[in-house]
Amino acid sequence: MKAALMKAATYSGLWLSLCLAVFGVTTLNGCSQTVPKDHLYQQLGSTVGIEKVVDALLVEIEHDPQIVHHFRDTDIARFRKLLIEQLCELSGGPCKYTGASMQESHTGFKITQADFDNLVRHLMKAMTEQNISIAAQNQLLGLLAPMYGDVVYR
Amino acid sequence: MKLLMCALLGVLLSQPAVAGSKVIATGGSTSIEGAAGGGIVPWAVINGYASSGQWSVNSFTSSVGVDDFTLQNFGIGASYNNQWEVSLTRQKFQLDTIGGDLQQDVFGLKYHIAGELLYTSLPQISVGLQYKKHRNSGLPLAVGAQKDSGTDIYLAASKVYFGAVAGRNLLLNATVRATKANQIGLLGFGGADHNHYQYMFESSAAVLLRPDLAVGIEFRQKPNNLAFADEEHWRDIFVGWFINQNFSVVGGYVDLGSIAGLAQQQGYYLALEATF
Repeated sequence: MKAALMKAATYSGLWLSLCLAVFGVTTLNGCSQTVPKDHLYQQLGSTVGIEKVVDALLVEIEHDPQIVHHFRDTDIARFRKLLIEQLCELSGGPCKYTGASMQESHTGFKITQADFDNLVRHLMKAMTEQNISIAAQNQLLGLLAPMYGDVVYR
Repeated sequence: MKLLMCALLGVLLSQPAVAGSKVIATGGSTSIEGAAGGGIVPWAVINGYASSGQWSVNSFTSSVGVDDFTLQNFGIGASYNNQWEVSLTRQKFQLDTIGGDLQQDVFGLKYHIAGELLYTSLPQISVGLQYKKHRNSGLPLAVGAQKDSGTDIYLAASKVYFGAVAGRNLLLNATVRATKANQIGLLGFGGADHNHYQYMFESSAAVLLRPDLAVGIEFRQKPNNLAFADEEHWRDIFVGWFINQNFSVVGGYVDLGSIAGLAQQQGYYLALEATF
C-alpha cells in the first residue's frame, strides 16, 4: 500500500500542483460551484486546448533546471494524462481526475516557493502561447493558487 | 535619469537577465521612500523577483513635480528569500517657488511576516521601518519641527484577488504607519505641540489589465504637526508597466494638497526601476 502510494506520488509529480487536489477542491467548495465552470473549460479550448497547454508546460519544465530534477523519476506520459484530467475537471470539463491528492503526490519532493513560482510562470506562458484570454488564465490560476499549501515544503 | 533611460533602452534590446522566480509585477514598484510598493505607499511585497533562497538587487529613480516643488528620489536596495528587503534612498526636495532645496536620506528595512501575495487567503503581511535624516538640519528646524531625523514604523497587508474585476486581477494594499514626520520628513519631525507618534492609514488599489500592466490609485493620510502651514493627505493615480523582470516604469498624477503654505500642489509622478 505504501509502495503504491509512493509510486503514485512519483507519477503525479509537481504538475499536479498546478492541477489541484481534487480532494481539496471538492471538500472546500462542494460540488455546486457558483462559478460557471463549464464556461472556463470552453475558454481553455476544451480537452484539446488543455492538452496543448499541458504540452507547452511540459516543454517549459523540461528547460528549467530549477525544477526539472523533481521529474527525474516521473513517468511523463502518465503525468501528462493526470494533469490533463485535473485541469479538465477543475475547469468544469467532463473528466475525472484519477491521481492521488495534491498533498500525497508532493510529499517528499521538498518543493520550494521558488519551484512553485517557476511553475506558475511556466503555466502563464503556456496559456499565453495558446492564446487563452487573460480572464480565463486568471480564473484558472485562482483555482490553482490555493493548492500552494498542499504542495510546497512537504 | 538620462543614464537610467539609456540603460533601460540598452537592456530592452537585449535578452532580460535572470532575476529570480517570482511572477511578473509581484515585487511591485519602488515608492518614493525606497520601499517596494506603489508610488507613495509601501506595500507588503518584497522588492525584486527573488523567491525562496534567492537574492535580488534593485535601483530606482523617481520624480514628483508639482506646482511649486520638485522631489527627486534615487536609491538602491536588496532583497533575500522573498522575506527581507533593505534600501537606501536619497531624496532631493526643491522649493522651486520659495527658493532653495534640501536633502533627506532614508534607510528602509522590511520583513515579510506571513501570507503569500498570490497563494494564501491570508494577505501577505510585512512590517517595516524607515529611518530618515536630513543632510542639513536648517530648514526643518526653521519651520518649527522638533527634529531633523525620525523613524517611521509600518505594518502593511497586500493581496492579489484573481479575476476580481472584469476577469482582471486586483491588488489591494492597506498600510498603517506610526510616524512623527512632517511632509514625509521633508519638513522635519514633530512640531511645537505635536511631538508624539501618530498612526496614519495608507492604501492602494490596482487592477492588472495584463500580468505586466497595472493601473491604480493610492491614498496616504498625513499628520498636521506644524503651526506655520497645514499639511493635507496625499493621493495619486498611476499606470505601471513591468517591461520584464529587470525593468519597470510607472507614471502617475499626484495631488499632494497644501505644502509649506502653498495650496493645491498637483502634478506628475514618474518612476523607473531596474532589478536583477
